[in-house]
Amino acid sequence: MAAIIKVEHLTHIYGEGMPDATTALEDVSFEVEKGEFLGVIGSTGSGKSTLISHFNGILKPTRGKIYLDGKDIWAEPDKIRQVRFAVGMVQQYPEYQLFEETVAKDIAFGPRNMGLPEEEIGERVRRSAKFCGLSEDLLEHSPFELSGGQKRRAAIAGVMAMNPRVLVLDEPAAGLDPEGRDTILSQIKQYHKATGVTVLLVSHSMEDIAKYADRVLVMDQHRIAMLDEVAKVFARADELLELGLSVPQVTKIFLRLRQMGLEIPTDVYTVPYAVKTIQEALAAKKEVG
Amino acid sequence: MLRDITIGQHFPGNSVVHRLDPRLKLLLTMAYIIILFVASNPLGLVINILVLGVLYGLSKIPLKLILKSLKPIMPIVFFTALLNLFFITGTSEPLVQLGFLKIYPEGVRYAVLMAVRVVALIAGTSLLTYTTSPISLTDAIEQLLRPLAKLRFPVHELAMMMTIALRFIPTLIEETDKIMNAQKARGAMLDSGTLKERMHALVPILIPLFISAFRRADELAMAMECRCYHGGEGRTRLKQLRYGRLDLAAALVSALYFVLVLATRLVAKGF
Repeated sequence: MAAIIKVEHLTHIYGEGMPDATTALEDVSFEVEKGEFLGVIGSTGSGKSTLISHFNGILKPTRGKIYLDGKDIWAEPDKIRQVRFAVGMVQQYPEYQLFEETVAKDIAFGPRNMGLPEEEIGERVRRSAKFCGLSEDLLEHSPFELSGGQKRRAAIAGVMAMNPRVLVLDEPAAGLDPEGRDTILSQIKQYHKATGVTVLLVSHSMEDIAKYADRVLVMDQHRIAMLDEVAKVFARADELLELGLSVPQVTKIFLRLRQMGLEIPTDVYTVPYAVKTIQEALAAKKEVG
Repeated sequence: MLRDITIGQHFPGNSVVHRLDPRLKLLLTMAYIIILFVASNPLGLVINILVLGVLYGLSKIPLKLILKSLKPIMPIVFFTALLNLFFITGTSEPLVQLGFLKIYPEGVRYAVLMAVRVVALIAGTSLLTYTTSPISLTDAIEQLLRPLAKLRFPVHELAMMMTIALRFIPTLIEETDKIMNAQKARGAMLDSGTLKERMHALVPILIPLFISAFRRADELAMAMECRCYHGGEGRTRLKQLRYGRLDLAAALVSALYFVLVLATRLVAKGF
């Protein structure tokens, strides 16, 4: 598969040259493949948010380059807006960006900035509202009348409406109840399936990443600690725990079982798979016994 | 870019200047401003600047920081000097004559005087905020204004408002930054276009900012009520301000300095 985003030796230093300069990213290089669902995890302060803020040119690299479809995004600084339309960014707590009189108008803010014709804008608003599970009658309400979860989804719809080729979401489920979490994340997954758009999901929750992502990027101390398929990353559960990250509960149980001497695979991170492997292990034990 | 704002910045430390009572520092700063304008001769100004230099030395504030705080006012200094240079008319022959613009020796002297005064004014008042935390500064204001409470002036409430306002400056700056980034991500153009377009571009930033400010105010009010805040009446404080020996010494030295500057008016020739 071809790379849609390529990061080369990216270093970012906040306040370079000042006495309080802090390095947020150090020589990071990797590729995001076209159409994949990439999970990004790391503990607080590991550089996740700094990293993704580079993809749409909100932050400029101190050193290094970022390529979108093989083109350096800072080659023509005047055209950085085109990069922002191509890489949709949903920040943490995006509901604080709502400002219009109606939900529909707020979702239309991005497409309108792109200079699209009115009927196309209307079409996109309806489509992205649908992806985010906002009913038609909500569209004419003020965004400030909505519930917390609905506000969040309206803000996400506002970014989806730009039809980005890459959708980056920073903790889209933070601060929501478990049901709201599942709703939003599965809607994003459906959007990914239906449109084939490349999705980058930043999350603290290993469970969420395990459930939705194809590959995982693990950040630690301003660098990339791991980048691999979900199963392979969770096979290194002990290392993840050392980095101060949690692993899915079922993975933790299997880690302990293995430490107790049971012969079971290392890449268990979903409950159905866990059930299957336990049954197999028990059957094998019976044969031996 | 918004992070670079340094108004009222505090530079923590434990120097003699830091340890002085904030009330005394506030009063002395006010006296310093007056004395700066009373000093109408070069000698008085030199004394003022020397004293300021000594104080900065004592407070251990890095020179870089001082220069940084002076940078934004440089255009004002320059403009003031320029105006004085051309508009002061003297009794003697003009030094230079460019058409209707005449420069007199008095103009040159006055321009220098004003430029030095403004720089000394900003540097002197910055010293107060550098060495005094915003909280102790509002404490000092509250204490100094206390007599006004007898006239039913809401002194405590005013001080509380100032404390809260100071506390929320960095928070709101951070918030503005976030909202700007979110709208830029949706293609908002903030730094290009005509004046009208730019005004329009502010709406998507100001509305969320106001809403969040109101929300924060609401949450803060709730949190304060939960802790039984009911205004200044009968309220005691954790940190009592007391004048100490150091403050007495500082007051005496300052009095000496003020008298000295006043005395220069008798000795040296004015501008």
